[in-house]
Amino acid sequence: MRALVTGLSTYWGGRVAQALEQRSDVEVVVGDDTRDPRTPLERTEFVRTDSSHSILSRIVRATQVDTIVHTHLVVDSTRTTSRTLHEINVIGTMNLLAAAGEASSPVRKVVLKSSGLVYGATKADPYFFREDVHRTGPATTPVERSLLEVEAFLRDFADDNPHVDVSLLRFANVLGNDIDTPFSAALRRPVVPEILGFDPRLQFVHEDDVVDALMFAVDNEIPGVYNVGADGNLPWSEVCAIVGKRRVALPFFLTNLAVEPARLLRLWDLPPEAMALLRYGRTIDNRRFKQAGFRFGYTTATTVEAFAQALRLAGALGETSPTYRYEREVEDFFRHSPAVIRDPS
Amino acid sequence: MADGPERTGAPGTTSAPGPDVDLTRFDDGVGRDLVPVTRPVEPRARADVRRSDVDRWGRSENFRALTRRAFDPIYKHWFRVEWEGFEHVPATGGALLVANHAGAIPPDAPSIMHGIEKDLGRPVYGLAEHLFRSVPIAGTLWARTGGVTAHPDNAYRLLHDEQQIVLVFPEGTKGTGKLYGDRYRLRRFGRGGFVEIAMRAGVPVVPIAVMGAEESMPMLFKSTRLAKLLNIPYFPVTAQMLALGPVGVVAYLPAKFRIRVLPPVYFDVAPNQERYSRSRVMEESERIRRMVQDALYDMLRKRRSVWFG
Repeated sequence: MRALVTGLSTYWGGRVAQALEQRSDVEVVVGDDTRDPRTPLERTEFVRTDSSHSILSRIVRATQVDTIVHTHLVVDSTRTTSRTLHEINVIGTMNLLAAAGEASSPVRKVVLKSSGLVYGATKADPYFFREDVHRTGPATTPVERSLLEVEAFLRDFADDNPHVDVSLLRFANVLGNDIDTPFSAALRRPVVPEILGFDPRLQFVHEDDVVDALMFAVDNEIPGVYNVGADGNLPWSEVCAIVGKRRVALPFFLTNLAVEPARLLRLWDLPPEAMALLRYGRTIDNRRFKQAGFRFGYTTATTVEAFAQALRLAGALGETSPTYRYEREVEDFFRHSPAVIRDPS
Repeated sequence: MADGPERTGAPGTTSAPGPDVDLTRFDDGVGRDLVPVTRPVEPRARADVRRSDVDRWGRSENFRALTRRAFDPIYKHWFRVEWEGFEHVPATGGALLVANHAGAIPPDAPSIMHGIEKDLGRPVYGLAEHLFRSVPIAGTLWARTGGVTAHPDNAYRLLHDEQQIVLVFPEGTKGTGKLYGDRYRLRRFGRGGFVEIAMRAGVPVVPIAVMGAEESMPMLFKSTRLAKLLNIPYFPVTAQMLALGPVGVVAYLPAKFRIRVLPPVYFDVAPNQERYSRSRVMEESERIRRMVQDALYDMLRKRRSVWFG
């Protein structure tokens, strides 16, 4: 297998590349991103590209990759402006799929990491979204709109290229030791917001399960759309209780305005789509993915518990996570210098 | 493969017929044991993770028990609820209870749910408009007491996948929003969606006729202007509100409640079909409406007094 990981410097790109490196049947791992990788990698080749992957068709042709794991999708709108978000998500995916769909393309598998955000969160929603259920209302935020567009591109691509195995995974909100999401960031604060009078049921998925799910889609022939959220859900009040945080009530009207001061003070940076979740919650039905053979390591409840434990450990030790810095010369030396014995066996 | 003890969540090990709220266990849904795990998993689940007993639908049995204790005197001494044909409520398996709906702020739903949970020991999930979900505080309490948004997927999952008892009022706000002069005249049963769901889920419909709710809160006028302003289906002006002012909103008259459960209606169709014949669905829906209507006429014929039954 020759694999390409987009967004190598994102958390997910790094984790997937690490997982691919471990595998003996993966000959080559290529990763692209605009910034330097932030995870230590053994043998992954890093290519710097612009945010919309415009040189991707050259990379695909030159490296003859057969598998693409597209993790470079922004689902956390607090990270960028909506213009960059559009550039990365929509234009990036467009270029990627154009490269993968060229006449002589060697690509036989595409795995895309989307989000449960595509379902939205409104009062008229079903309590458990199946993959074939459409969202109740139109997309309300730029990130939701861009993800819907990305998914539409992918559907067209799958229709046009029946010989390519296309898997689209939609993930629930992720919690874990290392990943930063609007929810994990809010739960690290001394106080956590809630909307007065609302206690929605929320679903999470553990970061390890996310990587496993992506690798599962790489390994198995499971074309189609799959929801990846852990079993069960928990009321927001209980999530806060397990993590051991006190809640602060926001008014139930003009909520987005009320949370603005907290945004400016960098207390909580909850985008509108997260505020909608604090009001109505969302659970996605994971049974299709389980039927395909995947087994989760965590339920929603144990995901939250694992996150709480990691938080307690970090609280006891302080912030000690080692920071990794990518040095191109060093990495190139270990990968390409004839002096390095790369296959000791 | 390595299987932690918490993974063997086979049905039966939890044994209790009540709602499954130990969410540290994996769902024993479809396809759990088909293909190898991607990696061995050491047991991480701990039974004491949960801090509440809210289930996947937002219902809390503890909170239900609390409201049952509060509602029991009203049920027993105010409405003096009496059941007929209680044995028709199935003790096991999914069932869709279908009842007539009345009273400006309807007391029939809590009465039916209370009686079944108390005497049968099975949880009842009540389907209602998604309006409830958007009301602060009340919406949360509604969910904790077993209220679920009336969405076909929710109903199917409750009835088919979880084999629960689900209560629905197909008249919806057309039933509760009718004036006192129209009492006991059933409104259209929606578009028969409840029949289709029961067919798809392969569960019987259990028709229920409730007498008394109409008189407990008789609506004299409705204000369309106020309703529009507040964005609610109707703004009721009841007899009590005229007499007592704002207190009248929650003051029910002590009408005698009689609840008659009719024999379950089974549909002779295969479950899980993509779609069902529209005419068949409408026909069954109308038949069930007629059953409830006839039962009400029969009960009204036998009733000597609104207050004493």
